[in-house]
Amino acid sequence: MQFETVIGLEVHVELKTNSKIFSSAPAHFGAEPNTNTTVIDLGYPGVLPVMNEKAVEFAMKAAMAINCEIAEESIWDRKNYFYPDNPKAYQVSQNDKPIGEHGWVEIEVNGETKRIGITRLHLEEDAGKLTHAGKHSLCDYNRQGTPLVEIVSEPDIRTPEEAYAFLEKLKAIIQYTEVSDCKMEEGSLRCDANISIRPFGQDEFGTRTELKNLNSFNFVRKGLEYEEKRQAEVVSSGGKVEQETRRFDESTGKTILMRVKEGSDDYRYFPEPDLLPVYIDDEWKERVRSSIPELPDTRKKRYMEELGLPAHDAKILTMSKDIADFFEATVAAGAGAKQASNWLMGEVPAYLNAEGKELSETKLTPENLAGMIALLEKGTISSKIAKTVFKEIIENGGNAEAIVKEKGLVQISDESALLKFVNDALDANPQSIADFKEGKKKAIGFLVGQIMKASKGQANPQAINKLLAEEIQKR
Amino acid sequence: MLEKKEVSIPDLVDESFKRIAAVDSDVKAFITLDEENARKQADEAQSAGKTGILTGIPIGVKDNIVTKGLRTTAASQILHNFDPIYDATVVNKLREAGTITVGKLNMDEFAMGSSTENSSFQKTRNPWNLDHVPGGSSGGSAASVAAGEVPFSLGSDTGGSIRQPASFCGVVGMKPTYGRVSRFGLIAFASSLDQIGPITRNVEDNAHLLEAIVGIDSYDSTSANVPGENFAASLTGDIKGLRIAVPKEYLGEGVTEEVKQSILAALKVLEGLGATWEEVSLPHSKYGVATYYLLASSEASSNLARFDGIRYGYRAENADNLIELYKKTRAEGFGDEVKRRIMLGTFALSSGYYDAYYKKAQQVRTLIKKDFEDVLENYDVIIGPTTPTPAFKIGEIIDDPLTMYANDILTIPVNLAGVPGISVPCGFAENGLPLGLQIIGHHFDEKTVYRVAHAYEQATDFHKQKPGL
Repeated sequence: MQFETVIGLEVHVELKTNSKIFSSAPAHFGAEPNTNTTVIDLGYPGVLPVMNEKAVEFAMKAAMAINCEIAEESIWDRKNYFYPDNPKAYQVSQNDKPIGEHGWVEIEVNGETKRIGITRLHLEEDAGKLTHAGKHSLCDYNRQGTPLVEIVSEPDIRTPEEAYAFLEKLKAIIQYTEVSDCKMEEGSLRCDANISIRPFGQDEFGTRTELKNLNSFNFVRKGLEYEEKRQAEVVSSGGKVEQETRRFDESTGKTILMRVKEGSDDYRYFPEPDLLPVYIDDEWKERVRSSIPELPDTRKKRYMEELGLPAHDAKILTMSKDIADFFEATVAAGAGAKQASNWLMGEVPAYLNAEGKELSETKLTPENLAGMIALLEKGTISSKIAKTVFKEIIENGGNAEAIVKEKGLVQISDESALLKFVNDALDANPQSIADFKEGKKKAIGFLVGQIMKASKGQANPQAINKLLAEEIQKR
Repeated sequence: MLEKKEVSIPDLVDESFKRIAAVDSDVKAFITLDEENARKQADEAQSAGKTGILTGIPIGVKDNIVTKGLRTTAASQILHNFDPIYDATVVNKLREAGTITVGKLNMDEFAMGSSTENSSFQKTRNPWNLDHVPGGSSGGSAASVAAGEVPFSLGSDTGGSIRQPASFCGVVGMKPTYGRVSRFGLIAFASSLDQIGPITRNVEDNAHLLEAIVGIDSYDSTSANVPGENFAASLTGDIKGLRIAVPKEYLGEGVTEEVKQSILAALKVLEGLGATWEEVSLPHSKYGVATYYLLASSEASSNLARFDGIRYGYRAENADNLIELYKKTRAEGFGDEVKRRIMLGTFALSSGYYDAYYKKAQQVRTLIKKDFEDVLENYDVIIGPTTPTPAFKIGEIIDDPLTMYANDILTIPVNLAGVPGISVPCGFAENGLPLGLQIIGHHFDEKTVYRVAHAYEQATDFHKQKPGL
């Protein structure tokens, strides 16, 4: 039987406000355990929350960027459950009246665009973190109270590939709004996935499983791929998919049963009596709306229409605001759009991946990249030399022209200088000459290689080819 | 007493500790004393020559208000060893005003109760008759003032917990408008109802003490942005033309004849001072107790969930896993009444029951609030008894929760409506125990409530009588 897969995602994004959502403690990642805490974060007897207005603005910004309607009145609720990382034994969240509802994100898969609905975006406080050490568990409440938005998608996603594209797009949009770093490795973006299958043509949904421990977008895709296969096998062999929570195991690529859900958890939500409702008027909405920068799709269109970039380039460059900003600055510094794009889609990410670095952690600047591209376009350096220069400027910075001069990397185009290299190579390889004359064209390639080697890559390849053709005839 | 500056501050504090030493073994109002610190502060205040109106006045603080470094238990085993690392906003305000905290006062565990018999540590006794309860939950706060151990105390009132013990002990107790006093540092029972307020021997002292602790607080989002007021300046004695509403429900079923007569007598006194009164109705007040027990317990079930043995307070031993740790800690740490209310509240919030209980109760609360607003549209204050009976005997109704809950029938609607209410002494029952007159005002109109209470007090002698301890 052929099944249709139905996927819905729940994405948690930590907002990078200076202080926490209900206390004045700093909300930054990476401090010594339990130092970013006040009595409020520790849930001491007698403490009360005070809302951080910035967190609401950040949530509004994110909600607007994914096309949500913004609530006029948003209410805080208590979500009650016991766990040591939850010091009050309730999480202040939003149940009935979230900040945003009814949004959408547009994705592109295999050249087709599709809208994925956003059910809601609500604001809540993050929990602390437990570390299990043998018989003991250690609590770190630094993360407790970090503002968090939960974004819930409609079950509009039909393939793991779409889920991947949705997450990439959502991450790009949120990063553009600058309300979160969206770093999965630091936990500032986390994702759970709900997945079910149903026979094609059937209206009602199948029983869904919830996938947890999805620590990268790739794992989301892999976990969903495994799970849709597993569910199809269960159903095809006459079984029934159980409503359960499953954990993705990175080492095996499989999903493993965590717990069976009998009905839904009862969190006994009720309105938080310690906080007033949030009233959002048009003036506030407009102020926040006007602070949202140009988003990826708009930028992509602009790159295609104004800079003449191919759709593929425009899409890749705009997926990250850092890269897109860098690209624009490189163009502004004089580089051709397509040249700049080639570097930012090729050598730059290759270097970053190999070194495990962020662009901002390197010495590369739009100015020195543009400077290098200019030398390349003028013919001062060859593309081979350019790679050497690139490595120098991304690692140590500096001006490309100065580096080329200082290291003697200028391309040799002067005929008399090149002639010496050509004749030396011919003298040293009589066999190649013989081969060439017997019709083996490959011999030329070998000779060019020898010349490039002897000139340390500085010989102008086009000039070499021309001279070699001339000189070999004279022999 | 306030203006008499010929007495030194160390003398005042010394007098307080002497009285405590003499009578507290009978009254059992204090859970914790802070004598060394209090005496040190008294010496410092004396040598600094401070002369504020409250400078050097000894005060007792209910044990659900956190005091930095001074044990704060909420009269619960689960916080038996809890030394707070911060001060409640009211405690900071008291320090600014110059009062000297002599110790922490007994109460019903987590303020749940009407007799202070639910304390995990001791039963406070009524200074007028040691066989009787002082009321509750602020029983220690009322008894300590009535017994002359301290002139001032702070209590908290969720459904009558300041006014009822004030009435039982023959002292003055004010529950301010919800939002008047910061709740930051008050160990929460029911957040939408809790208010801290003053208990004193007379209305003027009460007005001064309230003045010191009111005001918007950036640490409490529900504290109201209303200007602080000079309450004491409103005590003019003039209530000519005052319009008083007397709800017929407040003199109806369950209210004893002698309580009723004391109120009618008080109304005569007020008439003599130029006020007029009419009978009105608060038709939904009969649902007050039921509404209150659903809402307060629901909030409490959530507020008390943090006492789990993980970070502070009592932790059960010999737990093999997390769930067992939670269960044992809470089973051993909480008393019966607290458990009863946690269970009730958890049930009322459960999915499938939420609409029938919690949500319905919220709707009724809105109606009760509207009753008060409707009546107060035409009257300056509402007057009735504070409690339907004088103080009952220790052990008399502790095993009958519903009768115990009914004792708050006249105070609870005031918390549900959020308006201010005061209890002032208005006579004595046949058995010699005090009776209280409750005066209820408009939102944030404590001024009028005090003016009426003061005028009545000045026209009577009840507040001058003292228990024969």
